[in-house]
Amino acid sequence: MADGAGKVEIACTVNGERRRFRAYPMARLLDVLREDLRLTGTKEGCGEGECGACTVWIDGEIVNSCLVPVLQVEGSQITTIEGIASGDQLHAVQEAFISCGGAQCGICTPGMVMAAVNLLERTPHPSEAEIRAWLAGNLCRCTGYMKILEAVVRACQAKGVRR
Amino acid sequence: MRAYLPAYELKAPGNLPAALALLEREPDAWRPMAGGTDLMVLLEADKLPHKKFISLWRLSELRGIEVTLEYVTLGALTTYTQVQAHPILQQEFPLLCQAARETGGIATQNRGTLGGNIVNASPAADSPPALLAYDAQLELVSARSSRWVPYQGFHTGYKQIILRPEELVRRIRLPRAKRAWRQYYRKVGTRKAQAISKVCFAGAAELQGETIRDIRIALGSVAPTVLRCVRTETLLRAEKPSPAAIAAAKNALAQEIAPIDDMRSTAKYRLRVAQNLLEEFLRQLRA
Repeated sequence: MADGAGKVEIACTVNGERRRFRAYPMARLLDVLREDLRLTGTKEGCGEGECGACTVWIDGEIVNSCLVPVLQVEGSQITTIEGIASGDQLHAVQEAFISCGGAQCGICTPGMVMAAVNLLERTPHPSEAEIRAWLAGNLCRCTGYMKILEAVVRACQAKGVRR
Repeated sequence: MRAYLPAYELKAPGNLPAALALLEREPDAWRPMAGGTDLMVLLEADKLPHKKFISLWRLSELRGIEVTLEYVTLGALTTYTQVQAHPILQQEFPLLCQAARETGGIATQNRGTLGGNIVNASPAADSPPALLAYDAQLELVSARSSRWVPYQGFHTGYKQIILRPEELVRRIRLPRAKRAWRQYYRKVGTRKAQAISKVCFAGAAELQGETIRDIRIALGSVAPTVLRCVRTETLLRAEKPSPAAIAAAKNALAQEIAPIDDMRSTAKYRLRVAQNLLEEFLRQLRA
């Protein structure tokens, strides 16, 4: 098979750190994060944009990293699940997932947390309906969702935010 | 089976003229990629036969929403999230906002674009029925020319479009003349969120008293292309939405659409649902 133009150099910021690497331009952001940058917290579920397991933020917006060719993140700010806690201090949403049993097998959890934290940063007082709508693109096959919903609600309260 | 990445090229020209020059130099060699939400699915499944792509994502000439007295004009890279957030679109183009809200989840809405949805040409796409109901026009540009065409007629067959290989969709223009029209949108899928349509319906009607003065009816997932049902519209013009007129319109619709059995639904179910949605739309005109 004829080869394309080969790898290209890409520079972006990942979890606040400037990164520069070489990658095939059509490589999925998901694979570059996991395999080249060794940020394996981001998980692959379906690989077709349905399940949200690979959710990360690009310039503050949630995206499915399995659907982003890495060339398109040149110059962007990327945040992954590794960038959510502050050192050993978990984010309120992560704490709430633990205390509410919002994680079972754990594959959907990084994506759920990335989506939930993104919601709370935009809307600190989400209604239950808003939480459900925001998380509709994140599938979980273990919890039945209620504990996840509870965790997000509790995270709002933990931050001194009313429902 | 994963695609062989070294076989693919993706270039990101810095501006629109550079992108168009590339298309002009080697027509057919390069295909546009916007947010990637459809193409990247094919890549991962190793079902993306074309190998050379131009990333449009950073082209500022394809972004922005402009409002004038007559039109709202959207850059082809306008995302579903941007559609939903725009106050004029919320007020005057609720069908498009609802289509945007029901396309994938938030992550997809942040990356998926109207231009991508149009050029990807899926008959099951959610925004095109709304665009047809609003008489949208498309600006198609190449290195040498620019033309406005009605969106109706853009799709000529399954995945067939009138866009030339050296052209890009630059803007989508929506006339504001329908702000007083009664509007209806409903997508029927397997689940409430994150589903691909079994049937998608967009309708708009101008009433004079109880009589339908003008009407638009457009559907997705019931034919090889998204479809404006002009014969059904013609039948309804100058009629009151009486039970007899509704029955006649449902019969006309059955003649006009061509649903099929596939992995998401059956022809029989799609026909029934399409007719029911038409009836629901027309009944609401009486209220």
